[in-house]
Amino acid sequence: MSTPAIEIVGLTKDYPLGFWRRRSRRALDNLSLAVDSGEIFGFLGPNGAGKTTTLKLLTGLIFPTSGTARIRGRFIDDIGMHSEIGYLPEQPYFYDYLTARELLDYYARFSNYTAAERRARVGRLLERVGLASAADLQLRKYSKGMLQRAGIAQAILHDPPVIFLDEPMSGLDPLGRREVRDTLIELRKQGRTVFFSTHILADAEMLCDRVAVLAGGKLQGVGAPGDIVSLEVHAMDVLFELPPSHEVPPVFAPNITRIGARCRLEIPEPELYAALDELRRCKARILSVSAVRPTLEDYFLRLVNKQPNKPVRSGLEVALR
Amino acid sequence: MNAGVSATRLPGDRAVGAAPVSVAVNTFREAVRDRVLYNLIFFALLMIGAAILVGKISIGIDRLVIVNLGLSAISLIGLVMAVFIGVGLVSKEMEKRTLYTLLARPIRRWEFLLTLVVNTCFMTLGLAAALLWVGRPFVQTDWLILVAVYFILLELAIVTALALFFSCFTTPMFSTLFTLGIYLTGCFAEGIREFGDLSQSTGLKLFARVIYYLVPNFHNFNVIAAAAHGVKIPAALIAQNTLYAALYVALLLIASSAIFSGRNLK
Repeated sequence: MSTPAIEIVGLTKDYPLGFWRRRSRRALDNLSLAVDSGEIFGFLGPNGAGKTTTLKLLTGLIFPTSGTARIRGRFIDDIGMHSEIGYLPEQPYFYDYLTARELLDYYARFSNYTAAERRARVGRLLERVGLASAADLQLRKYSKGMLQRAGIAQAILHDPPVIFLDEPMSGLDPLGRREVRDTLIELRKQGRTVFFSTHILADAEMLCDRVAVLAGGKLQGVGAPGDIVSLEVHAMDVLFELPPSHEVPPVFAPNITRIGARCRLEIPEPELYAALDELRRCKARILSVSAVRPTLEDYFLRLVNKQPNKPVRSGLEVALR
Repeated sequence: MNAGVSATRLPGDRAVGAAPVSVAVNTFREAVRDRVLYNLIFFALLMIGAAILVGKISIGIDRLVIVNLGLSAISLIGLVMAVFIGVGLVSKEMEKRTLYTLLARPIRRWEFLLTLVVNTCFMTLGLAAALLWVGRPFVQTDWLILVAVYFILLELAIVTALALFFSCFTTPMFSTLFTLGIYLTGCFAEGIREFGDLSQSTGLKLFARVIYYLVPNFHNFNVIAAAAHGVKIPAALIAQNTLYAALYVALLLIASSAIFSGRNLK
């Protein structure tokens, strides 16, 4: 059996609180999971779930209270492990007075590349992330999206086999998000393992082979993203326009939201076809029909509200199966 | 992009010193582009210019005035720079989170700290050399002035290490206050010891002794008056100060590394 790319066993992190640091807050609670080589693995959870804490633990920026983790067989406190990883922090920030080219050259120096190799590699990567035209601009003049691209470039600069990305789509416009998605898919094709955190379910759904769901510092379950999402389709959203002389059928009135000339109708999934027939009778022009899925935050909030004193694990595990 | 997974460089492949050199180059580049430092250099030049002007109108004691004021200017501006740079070295990197992407790479935390300090010392040395070069036409630089400048640099190395030490576990504001507090206490270390010796209270005596031995004794580093008056500086003092500063900086760096190596980056 091959060694997992990432192996986490009982990882726990407590942050001390207060002036005397006698109290503590558990940010991550006994996390255990394994990620195989070549997987795109999504780490999902609402804000404050412990995603960033996990990534910081795995990259050696903070130290676990208990538990261990290994990256390609190397323990996370082994300095050699750092050659195996690339890391994009959440909302990355770089040296203000450096240009993107200088920044990447700086990071490339940590690997044993010659000056010519560095130049070629940096140039290629700037092109790849769409920063070639701004390569010689100081980073303080960069927009948030441009910084995010520079961050992704530095994370994959040295061809690490394992790449950790903390909210890589954050701050990007739709085009930028698509480029990041393409980059991640390309990395998977190259056999690299990508472990990225997000609270946006759509990103995970589109990219991940598997996802882990985290809430309140606890692992709620691990599985293919479709398992979580498909179970959550509990309503349908119909967008339509009515001819000027027609009124909304009274039966739909309580469930309709008007947006200018357009109407949005939210109905339970089993009632969809009957509703469409009714709208057709009213000469409505159907613009779109889509499944209504709650955000991950809604999902967790509902679970936590239902079971305030119980771990939410059981509920989600059932959902995942 | 390419390469396959096998292209990964393992730490053994890393050229010896490659990481520290990269950090040094980057720190230097950041520092020379930071306009705040240029303001300090401007004030240093202004003070030296004022010293020269005052010296020229001080009939008979021009050398005394120029050396005194010039060296004091270097010392004062150097102190501000040492605190400013020393505190900023780590805290700026932590505050702006530029450390995240750096420490995720194969560089040990103590390597990072050591590089920052060595680099800062070289930069300060370069600045002092430049200031001496500027003042060269106005006063003959003899070895007494060079020794005085050397002592100022040793003093600044300790101040930088102190600022760095505090910034490893507290906020930039407290680091600055603690460093300046210890600097001032260190300037009056002799006085504190003498005050303790004169006291009748055993507790106060002991307290004064502890403070005297704990804080760096900057009193011995101040030879500006001697340099201005042309008084000989004993070779033993040069050796003693060099050793003292080296030991103090080394201890502070070891303590800083120990604290920083175990620190969680928020």
